[in-house]
Amino acid sequence: MFRLNNLIRTGTNLTRFKHTLVVVEHDNQKLSQVTLNTITAATKIPKNETVTCAVAGTGCGKVAEEVSRLAGVNKVLVVDDANLTGFLPEAVAPVIVDLQKKNNFTHIAFGSSALGKNVMPRVAALLDAQPVSDIIGIPDENTFVRTIYAGNAIQTVRVKDPVKIFTVRGTAFEAVKPNSAATPAEVAPAGVNATKSEKATFVNQQIAKSDRPSLTAAKVVVSGGRGLQNGENFKILYDLADTMNGAVGASRAAVDAGYVPNDLQIGQTGKIVAPELYIAVGVSGAIQHLAGMKDSKTIAAINKDPDAPIFQVADLGLVGDLFKEVPEMTKLLKK
Amino acid sequence: MSLRILVGCKRAIDYAVKIQVKSDFSGVVTEGVKHALNPFDEIAMEEAVRLKEKKLASEVIAVSCGPTQAQDVLRTALALGADKAIHVEIPAKEYETLQPIHVSKILAKLAEKEKADMVIVGKQAIDDDCNQTGQMTAAVLSWPQATFASKLDVKPAEKEVTCEREIDGGLETIKVKLPAVVTADLRLNTPRYATLPNIMKAKKKPLAKLTPKDLGVDVTPRQEVVRVEEPPKRQGGGKVASAQELVERKQMSF
Repeated sequence: MFRLNNLIRTGTNLTRFKHTLVVVEHDNQKLSQVTLNTITAATKIPKNETVTCAVAGTGCGKVAEEVSRLAGVNKVLVVDDANLTGFLPEAVAPVIVDLQKKNNFTHIAFGSSALGKNVMPRVAALLDAQPVSDIIGIPDENTFVRTIYAGNAIQTVRVKDPVKIFTVRGTAFEAVKPNSAATPAEVAPAGVNATKSEKATFVNQQIAKSDRPSLTAAKVVVSGGRGLQNGENFKILYDLADTMNGAVGASRAAVDAGYVPNDLQIGQTGKIVAPELYIAVGVSGAIQHLAGMKDSKTIAAINKDPDAPIFQVADLGLVGDLFKEVPEMTKLLKK
Repeated sequence: MSLRILVGCKRAIDYAVKIQVKSDFSGVVTEGVKHALNPFDEIAMEEAVRLKEKKLASEVIAVSCGPTQAQDVLRTALALGADKAIHVEIPAKEYETLQPIHVSKILAKLAEKEKADMVIVGKQAIDDDCNQTGQMTAAVLSWPQATFASKLDVKPAEKEVTCEREIDGGLETIKVKLPAVVTADLRLNTPRYATLPNIMKAKKKPLAKLTPKDLGVDVTPRQEVVRVEEPPKRQGGGKVASAQELVERKQMSF
């Protein structure tokens, strides 16, 4: 009886340990910033014992090596396969499913980026699990915190599925640092192959080139709305952002009016940012826009309308003409 | 070949409503609050109707899962140009715990039943903000997915769709074989308004009723909502008098 009890206890103890797979996002050359935040989230899962990172791509050895040097990473599994060109979910999702079947992780984490959002639910459905999108907290190993209704409510959900699958909001977790110890984590082939997707083909990407920091990682974000009146006027925002090594974003109104490309959109359906300083210029502050920036440490707003809703969240509000105030700020900051 | 298109239509609290969290922290107040067709689903419906107008689609079927009120958004969809509607009835209590995994299984069953060539849904619902249903439906059907679509070039004869997608750094173009699932992003199109004559006509269009049980889909909740609360309030409202003062505040020193 004693031995049986012991066995049972050992059994329960074993099942108590959690093993997390982080699906690494990269372009075969560079690791994506959101993965650094996702690894931190994985290390914060209560009772989590190991963090394994999956690097799937084509010629992604350099990225795998970089991941192996990050703090908290225990193992890196590599799937290097030409069939993964373009990271199509039809090819990537079955690879993650095979990794799961082979290794039985308790948690699978993705970064909440366009790529993570595209692939993660496909993986979940193939494993018959209901996933959790865009988490901002992990109170216990089965429970996750996320926002709903454009950030106007915070929901805590308990997942009943045996495998917990989720995307991580990058701005809610610190970026993981490189490992201070000299020994990197083990890098090994995953022993899983990719199959060419016959049903989907990658054609091309049109990526906007910029020397400025990326929107989701920048410490300062200057964003413009309809008040900018046209695309050329955005130059004054770029000038201001450059004085602080900041990034430039936009409201949906500015994107829809064609002032700037869609990848600059901040909000419920665009990017979510939480910089040290967010300067909203000519942005009224609709619910959908606030969803993307209201966790910024300091919010400054410049708007000629004193009743604009943005002033209700702004720590520093300046009622005035943006065409006068923004160049003035740039001039003062350059001094 | 002309396509049969299934469009997912969710009834959600209107985007302009300032929501209120219930005092028992079980959810948000939905009774007596203005609801509407989820804006992204409106874009999905518009795209389907445009494909029909271009003679690329033969039939557009609107589907909504939910309590009786879900029929309101189906009537809207019919007024926008859907040919028929299917209401998958789910009692209000069960609807509270209906999750994308359930909806995707229901949509997949209906896509098979209706011999659809394309399922178009919005990229996300503005209430639960999940952004999952389209991708999960594609997985259940083993169909390819074209998510966050901002431009579609549908070629029924070649059984192929070229899709421009909105991604983090810009845009991406992919080709998917039909049958396929598409999720609509904001910039795919500008939805039309339902005209009064079309609203009247919509009342006569067919609306079928089904239950998840009819389709063999189990809607047992996979997740339990533990708590819904208000986000921490920001204390805004601090004004400065000039650009000079704005720059001088210590927060601005970078």
